[in-house]
Amino acid sequence: MALDRWIALIFLVICGVYGYTAFFLMDVGMPPFMQRNPIWPSTFPKILSLLGVICSFVILMGFEKGADDPKPMDINYRRLTDYKLGQAILLISLMVLYAFSLRPVGFLASTVLFLVLSSATLGERRFHILIPVALIAAGGIWYLVQEVLGIFLRPWPMGF
Amino acid sequence: MLEGLLVGLSTAFSITNILMVIGGCLIGTFIGMLPGLGPMSIIAIMIPIAIGIGDPSAALILLAGVYYGAIFGGSTSSILINAPGVASTVATSFDGYPLARQGKAGKALTVAAISSFSGGTIGAVLLLIFAPMLASVALLFHSSEYFALMVVGLSAIAAFAGSGQVFKALLMTLVGLIMSTVGEGALFSLPRFTGGLMDLQSGFGFITLAMAMFALPEAIYLVLDPKRSQQEGGSSGEIKDLRITRAEAISIAPVIGRQSIQGFLIGVLPGAGATIASFLGYAVERNIASKEEQEQFGKGSIKGLAAPEAANNAACTGSFVPLLTLGIPGSGTTAILLGALIALNVSPGPRLMIDNPDIFWAVIISMYLGNVVLLILNLPLIPYIAKILAVPRTFLIPFILFFTLMGAYIGQNNATELLILVGFGVAATILRFADYPLAPLLIGFILGRMLEDNFARAMQLYDGASFLWERPMTMGLLVLACLLIALPTYRARRARLRAEGVADAD
Repeated sequence: MALDRWIALIFLVICGVYGYTAFFLMDVGMPPFMQRNPIWPSTFPKILSLLGVICSFVILMGFEKGADDPKPMDINYRRLTDYKLGQAILLISLMVLYAFSLRPVGFLASTVLFLVLSSATLGERRFHILIPVALIAAGGIWYLVQEVLGIFLRPWPMGF
Repeated sequence: MLEGLLVGLSTAFSITNILMVIGGCLIGTFIGMLPGLGPMSIIAIMIPIAIGIGDPSAALILLAGVYYGAIFGGSTSSILINAPGVASTVATSFDGYPLARQGKAGKALTVAAISSFSGGTIGAVLLLIFAPMLASVALLFHSSEYFALMVVGLSAIAAFAGSGQVFKALLMTLVGLIMSTVGEGALFSLPRFTGGLMDLQSGFGFITLAMAMFALPEAIYLVLDPKRSQQEGGSSGEIKDLRITRAEAISIAPVIGRQSIQGFLIGVLPGAGATIASFLGYAVERNIASKEEQEQFGKGSIKGLAAPEAANNAACTGSFVPLLTLGIPGSGTTAILLGALIALNVSPGPRLMIDNPDIFWAVIISMYLGNVVLLILNLPLIPYIAKILAVPRTFLIPFILFFTLMGAYIGQNNATELLILVGFGVAATILRFADYPLAPLLIGFILGRMLEDNFARAMQLYDGASFLWERPMTMGLLVLACLLIALPTYRARRARLRAEGVADAD
């Protein structure tokens, strides 16, 4: 089964769960005055879930025939290992790590680390350029966000 | 109208706003040249800054400037290194890159700049004429018609998605609509589908979603496939001789005129947009050209370069018509602009022209300004701007990732938002692998709340769903929506049957 149909299956399940919530769980405990309304909080979700189930079912069963020729510019997911998959996964993990470190480590240190590490992951070895660039970028963005836009960003690690 | 025009003129010509146009065009051009960063990603990244400005007209002018700049920048990279960063400039590279290979890069860039300028300007004039007309018609609409109109818009986006893509686009729209129901809506003031998570109480962040749908997958694609951003050798670094001859100017003038109008009309249709306009413009001009000129197409014809450039810029302007008059975005880019407007407490729609004439007219006037700025600022700067293409990807990609993260973070000031961003970004990448279009998802997400609000209001007004058949305009629009979805499927089916020799050839 092709990837797009697997995805349709996942969406079918999601729409099913969503619809189940809308049809059977949401209206329980609704205050009586609301029940006289022609529209309930669950009305719109009910319609959406039905349409979603229909659409994902059509894709899942492959009712719609399309153009078979693959586009030349895009990535062929069947041969994903031919691409730099490792680098991509590493970068994604770095982003997750950044999200977790932003508060405890502070903006400046975690940003510099993120920029340097992700650049190094991509094969950059000229650290004498990379580190100053990362420092300037982190400092500049911090200044912009904190001073110009007025949004608080914790610059230093917790405890400072 | 004249009054509004004057208000717009005075707003657009204030020092701040002129600076916004110039800044936006420059930023857009610079970033738009980088392969892989299309207008959608750039605008998504710029939104936190625009919202930080606070003044809605200045913010919208900045974003609009970034938009044209990015389109122009995209053409520059497709001409110089045959790396169209965006789908709408792919047609530009058909003839632009061969011209650059022949050593006529300067001439090609000039033709592109002049065609974009004319396309954008003619588009802006048409917008000036059509938008107020459409807005005054739209004022007659009630919530039930709005509901129906949005349904038409959403189904048109699916219908234009291309063969084999209609149901995928529909499903993506529905997923976007479903995501918009998460959180506490204005209507019922009780949280829905949050799963008890506090972080979902206010729903998904629109900026987060915009970044996750466009900027992040593009960056992941760049990582996966290093060849995407690499230059193909062969273009000489030197750019000289920017001039075009009189004969050339005369030969491309009618092309530009035709394609500006055609591009604008295509841009007005929801879901069609600049990409279709540019391809169609190229195809039409090739078909009506004389035999010997047809030979030249694809080998460095300036007509073949002027056509898509004029068309895609006119289409960009055209796509502002439904946004400004109906509050319905026709493309991913205008959807992001709509989200930014809502964040700035402006609700686009027919009331915009009456309630905020300064914003409405200033944006239109700034489109002229933007086009002039692009022409006079960028032509002499092109050789220098082209140097940005030399930024190595080892620096480029980390910064794209960093800016996406920052955009999501400063919008919500919440680290959970970053995890949502990364999660959705990975999901969006997988969806892109499987050829699911992502713009419908974002459009559905942004329109979702409005769609439900209008639906609910109509339901309450009519005490049930009777408005669906009692109001002729509503019913007409809904029938149109059904036709829009059914037509491509029906035509594809008939074409297949005819190929098999089953259907009669009528």
